[in-house]
Amino acid sequence: MNKKIKLIKFILMIALVSTALPFSQADRVHAFSNQVIQQGAVGNDVIELQSRLNYIGFYHGKIDGVFGWGTYWALRNFQYEFGLPIDGLVGESTKAKLLKTTKYNKGNTAGANGTANKTAKKATAVNIPKGFSQNDIQLIANAVHGESRGEPYIGQVAVAAVILNRVNSSSFPNTVSGVIFEPGAFTAVADGQIWLTPNETSKKAVIDAINGWDPTGEALYYFNPATATSSWIWSRPQIKKIGKHIFCK
Amino acid sequence: MIRGLLIGVLALGVIGTGYWGYQEHQEKNAILLNAENNYQRAFHGLSYQMDLLHDKIGTTIAMNSRQSLSPSLAEVWRITSEAHNDVGQLPLTLLPFNKTEEFLSNIGNFSYRTAIRDLDKEPLTDKEYNTLKVLYKQSGDIQNELRKVQHMVLKNNLRWMDVEMALASGKETTDNTIIDGFKTVEKTVTGFDETDFGPTFSNMQKKDENFKNVSGKTISKSEAAAIAKKYMNMKGNLNVKVTENGKGSDYGFYSVAVKNEKTGQESSMDLTKKGGHPIWFINHRDVKKQKLSLNDGMIKAQAFLKDTGYPDLELFESTQYDNVGVFNFVTNKNGVRIYPEAIKLKVALDNGDILGVSAEEYLKSVQKRNIGKPAITLEQARGKVNPNLKVMEDRKAIIVNDLNKEVLCYEFLGTIKNDTYRIFINAENGREEEVEKLKDSEAVYEDVL
Repeated sequence: MNKKIKLIKFILMIALVSTALPFSQADRVHAFSNQVIQQGAVGNDVIELQSRLNYIGFYHGKIDGVFGWGTYWALRNFQYEFGLPIDGLVGESTKAKLLKTTKYNKGNTAGANGTANKTAKKATAVNIPKGFSQNDIQLIANAVHGESRGEPYIGQVAVAAVILNRVNSSSFPNTVSGVIFEPGAFTAVADGQIWLTPNETSKKAVIDAINGWDPTGEALYYFNPATATSSWIWSRPQIKKIGKHIFCK
Repeated sequence: MIRGLLIGVLALGVIGTGYWGYQEHQEKNAILLNAENNYQRAFHGLSYQMDLLHDKIGTTIAMNSRQSLSPSLAEVWRITSEAHNDVGQLPLTLLPFNKTEEFLSNIGNFSYRTAIRDLDKEPLTDKEYNTLKVLYKQSGDIQNELRKVQHMVLKNNLRWMDVEMALASGKETTDNTIIDGFKTVEKTVTGFDETDFGPTFSNMQKKDENFKNVSGKTISKSEAAAIAKKYMNMKGNLNVKVTENGKGSDYGFYSVAVKNEKTGQESSMDLTKKGGHPIWFINHRDVKKQKLSLNDGMIKAQAFLKDTGYPDLELFESTQYDNVGVFNFVTNKNGVRIYPEAIKLKVALDNGDILGVSAEEYLKSVQKRNIGKPAITLEQARGKVNPNLKVMEDRKAIIVNDLNKEVLCYEFLGTIKNDTYRIFINAENGREEEVEKLKDSEAVYEDVL
């Protein structure tokens, strides 16, 4: 007898859960994945977040799929208005609140208005380190590719770091283009190899160097001992060797 | 008949080739001349700027009132930057010409710092006047040498293209008036090394480039390898190579390169000899599809820092580049953010591996600090901020200011319209030390057109 009741209860419970589950899960799957979204993130979840914040009037910027400062303040205002902990992170409770509020305000389902901007499904912006533009990075990547495409990855980061060290040095021009196109500074510029299309690796190397990775120990010059013709370059104090290049002050 | 025809065809061919060759030759000459003219412009521009510089420093010395002194110093600053720019366009990279360029930027720094100072409150000291006089004489010497070279160039129609070729071929021994002239200029400047730029200036270059505040005992090669392996978290058949720094380095370090023989994966790392602190570390591999969020990556990075002995760091910035998260951590001591002590970490968002560490800045600035009590209150500092700024966050922070000095500040993070700013107000005297417009994402231009 007891067993039977238990069984019925069990079946009932399963039935309940299984009817409830699709709803809650459908909502979640439609809208956000279950990651905690943090400032600096990119991707579909950020587009979703921006569209929803935009829909209820907190966010006025472009829906570009990059969690920047505009999105950050919009999110914090939202958290403040709705009595959530103001941490600038999109966790479970914030997501739930976002889904609820954006759904509540409109007859449509959350999924539909959340992705109202269907054309913007793809991220239309990227994170770029401070002080540089995508074009600057492309230009340095061109130089790095032309100068050191056969080198190991850190050899490429090193060449990018030397370019940046020169920009900061008082003995060299103060701009990226000034340093790269200084007559005689880089052989790749002189023989036109700089105009080869750089690969993704050299771009990554450049971003690493801009973000502060300097494998050279602050070198300003480098040369390939096998091909260097100038005797002067040998007189520079040498710091280290990476791949085929010797880096010096 | 056939012979005649053949001769005719061949003759036409010869004439055609000759004509084509002549055209090519003309084109080549035109391009050479173009390049030559660019060099000439930069060179004559340089010597003109040096003329101006000398005169301007001369008039500055004769001035007395602040109203005319500040603009005049600003003018000196502008001229040095123009001259610097001209030098950068000449093919002198292979010629030791650093001293002259450094000299130019030193004058620039000196004049900038004195020009922006409130000269009513803090007039030029005797020492600074002396510096100006010395600079006047030195710029005169350089001007003189450059004029000599310029005269020779004009008189003998010397070409910069020849200089470039002489330099590129490495045959610097050949007699070349331009090269010799510039060598003389460089020699003249080398004698200026000890110019005293006064107290305002000496602050500028005080930077710990040698990691001298780093603690710990000197480690051996094998110890370096052991530490590196701990960071790299690599398994399998490893080929470890440790090399010492070259003689030209300011500080002692070991470079450790570890290669997995099987997979070909390679990690590299530099450590200080003193204490074995990592300077930087890069583990390069292809990062697969993103499985972790940026937030998960941050948690991994935080745990890693705790494990490796940096307990006081807090996250300051996080950025995602494709499938890699880059996290910038700074020290937080008793609620004061110490911005110079920054460490960056790179985390793979496919499996959470630490892909890179950059601690150079941290090692250069780490030291025992006595953080003073602020002389003004938070409210007073807030009063100094532009009233249009909507302040969203505030905290105390230590930053390195324009004069390369560490100062305790109140930091305000806020917005004006759609832009976000970070503003630092000196906690001692309420000076606005730094205003920074924070960068947002940049649109992708692929689809524009």
